[in-house]
Amino acid sequence: MAKQYKVVHCRINGREVEQVVDVRASLTDMLRNDFRLTSVKKGCEVGECGACTVIINGEGFNSCIYLAVWAEGKDIWTLEGLTSPEGELSDIQQAFVDEGAIQCGFCSPGFIMTSWEILKSGREYTDDELRKALSGHLCRCTGYENIFRAVKKTMLRRLGKFDEAERVNSQGITDYPEPMPFK
Amino acid sequence: MYDIKALYEAESVQHAVSLLQEHPEAQILAGGSDVLVQIREGRRAGVELVSIYMLDELRGISIDEEENIRIGSLTSFSHITNDPIIQKYINVLGEAVDMVGGPQIRAIGTIGGNTCNGVTSADSASTLMAWDAVIEITGPEGVRRVPIKDFYIKAKVVDLRPAEIQTAILIPKASYENCFGHYIKYSMRNALDIATTGCSVNVRLSADKKSFDRVRIGYGVAAPVPVRAYTAEEFINGKEINEDNIRKFAETVLEDINPRDSWRAGRALRRHISVVMAERALKESVKLAGGEING
Repeated sequence: MAKQYKVVHCRINGREVEQVVDVRASLTDMLRNDFRLTSVKKGCEVGECGACTVIINGEGFNSCIYLAVWAEGKDIWTLEGLTSPEGELSDIQQAFVDEGAIQCGFCSPGFIMTSWEILKSGREYTDDELRKALSGHLCRCTGYENIFRAVKKTMLRRLGKFDEAERVNSQGITDYPEPMPFK
Repeated sequence: MYDIKALYEAESVQHAVSLLQEHPEAQILAGGSDVLVQIREGRRAGVELVSIYMLDELRGISIDEEENIRIGSLTSFSHITNDPIIQKYINVLGEAVDMVGGPQIRAIGTIGGNTCNGVTSADSASTLMAWDAVIEITGPEGVRRVPIKDFYIKAKVVDLRPAEIQTAILIPKASYENCFGHYIKYSMRNALDIATTGCSVNVRLSADKKSFDRVRIGYGVAAPVPVRAYTAEEFINGKEINEDNIRKFAETVLEDINPRDSWRAGRALRRHISVVMAERALKESVKLAGGEING
């Protein structure tokens, strides 16, 4: 059978693009090979590890089990789209650095994209909700606590709760000064 | 790159049907969280695919003119969970599909794919069985409807004839009105795991909320296909709400289910947890319906 190609039009990190893709390509293949967006990692390639997570029309997807041709008309964001034009890190990226949420770094772009989706909602998640929202990613280095803390602190800071963010302890739990204040 | 022989992209439901007629060997591709993974594993390597993923007409949830809840087959799990109609009338379905895989899988996985792949462990299946869902299928001869209990034929085989696609799942009004349900998924991990066994119960209580008007219970991984425990349902319908009846109901499910030994769990464990889940899910459903359980 002859090779099949298709022209795909979409928006990647805010820029309108047009690209000829092999219909057998995954979105991971397209983003890495055609656009050099190498923050999109090739991990398990079967939708288990979350390292290839990108945001499509506001929702996090595993780009490894998403056909490149399905990108037609979509608004896609990768980690490269989060940094400022001068290359400065966004708040959530800086929090990953500050909290030691990165060791080998392979899972970080995926985790940060999901975190970005969480933070964009402007909602305060409970600890359980945060853990569930982050559960589609595997990390073999950090033991997850540092990642959880980075996301929780950034969430609190974005909500203007700077004091509470400072009180998030190493276990990710918000410490309150004694006695416990009534909610 | 996926090992795909050819990809045919459907532009409408009718186009999908004609593509499937032209390419009888082709596999239907919806969200791809099963099919694409199986291609990677080599199980479906070299396939021809008819992709229906871009058909937005198959997405969304509405109440149709017959007052059925109509769920487009390509509606993703995350959209089902967040949908106001689902939350109002059949919240348990939103909760059940919120236990599939992880967040990214729930963004791509479709309820149509979850039922059409015919596996007993599908998190949506036991709830759809327990709510007497109706499957709408479109094919060369037009549209037909099949009750979900007849849609499942055997493990991995559903009632889809050549060139047919599932286009919607309907929940009839008689099935959702005044019903409250609860789903329990028993699995080894909280995320990214497949159910060892799943149990979905729903109740409609009598007007005084003292007895069971109608109880329905569906299971995943308690038989080769999702099943109902009809004997247990018959036992409890019309009975008073009390601990004794609930316990007997739970024990009676063993007459209806036939779980197997697999690497995930043994038959004995599955039988045991099936009884425990029936009791817990029924109690929770009674609570949601505003009933009280007397000694």
